[in-house]
Amino acid sequence: MSREPAGGELPIASHDDVVRVRQLARSLAAAAGMSLVDQTKIVTAASELARNTLVYGGGGTARVERVERPSPRAGARAGVRIVFSDDGPGIPDVDQALAEGWTSGGGLGLGLPGARRLVDEFDLDTEPGRGTTVTVTKWCR
Amino acid sequence: MDRVPILKIGSVLLVSIQVDLQDQTVLALQEDLADRIVRTGARGVVIDITAVDIVDSFIGRMFATIASMSKLMDAETVVVGMRPAVAITLVELGLSLGGVRTALDLEKGMRLLGAPVPGVS
Ligand SMILES: Nc1ncnc2c1ncn2[C@@H]1O[C@H](COP(=O)(O)OP(=O)(O)OP(=O)(O)O)[C@@H](O)[C@H]1O
Ligand SMILES: [Mg+2]
Repeated sequence: MSREPAGGELPIASHDDVVRVRQLARSLAAAAGMSLVDQTKIVTAASELARNTLVYGGGGTARVERVERPSPRAGARAGVRIVFSDDGPGIPDVDQALAEGWTSGGGLGLGLPGARRLVDEFDLDTEPGRGTTVTVTKWCR
Repeated sequence: MDRVPILKIGSVLLVSIQVDLQDQTVLALQEDLADRIVRTGARGVVIDITAVDIVDSFIGRMFATIASMSKLMDAETVVVGMRPAVAITLVELGLSLGGVRTALDLEKGMRLLGAPVPGVS
């Protein structure tokens, strides 16, 4: 019997932690049977969002888990979900933050809109002064 | 933090990325390369990403930065070996890397710079 890699919650407190989030996302996506291109997309989105959690959120966590579709089509029911949470400053204007090219730091403003394009489901929950939670899901095709 | 080694082959600096890149490693590599270009008078830089399984906005920006920086110091940069899945993902992420020269593999990249190809006579 082959052992599936376990999901879990990882801290995001350093740039090395961002790499660990990428690695866990990769192993779960591969175990779920995702194509190489889709694995690369979810891992790249994870990298962008974990960096945002670290740089703008002041650190936080990433919960990486395998999910199953409620009403599965044959052979295409597995997916990977990642929840990034921080107790940072929050995002005052969500539409602006999701717009291509908008950055409050020295970035390119690509992370949020780019990550959104790379996944199947994207949810941004934020409140100024309270923190930010971004949830992304990618399904096997 | 890992540091990415820089090899000198003739007038070309070869950077073969074999580690999971974190942001500080990326910044250190940019600085190390600028320094080595000046000290060695290298005319070209080849960045081999055959082993790299993701390129996000930070890593992609490094390629563009190294390319413009090396140009200012009279050296040309070529990125070689990008995996197909990485290329597809980069475009969807929104990073086109228009100003960065690329080649499919190390040999083609070295030839592009008019440099001898390692291991090929
Ligand atoms: N977790 C977060 N907490 C607070 N603000 C955030 C968070 N994530 C994103 N933001 C805000 O949204 C903006 C846009 O984020 P996005 O990732 O799209 O671009 P960036 O990080 O500025 O640049 P890039 O990702 O291209 O390097 C950020 O500049 C920041 O102001
Ligand atoms: Mg970002």
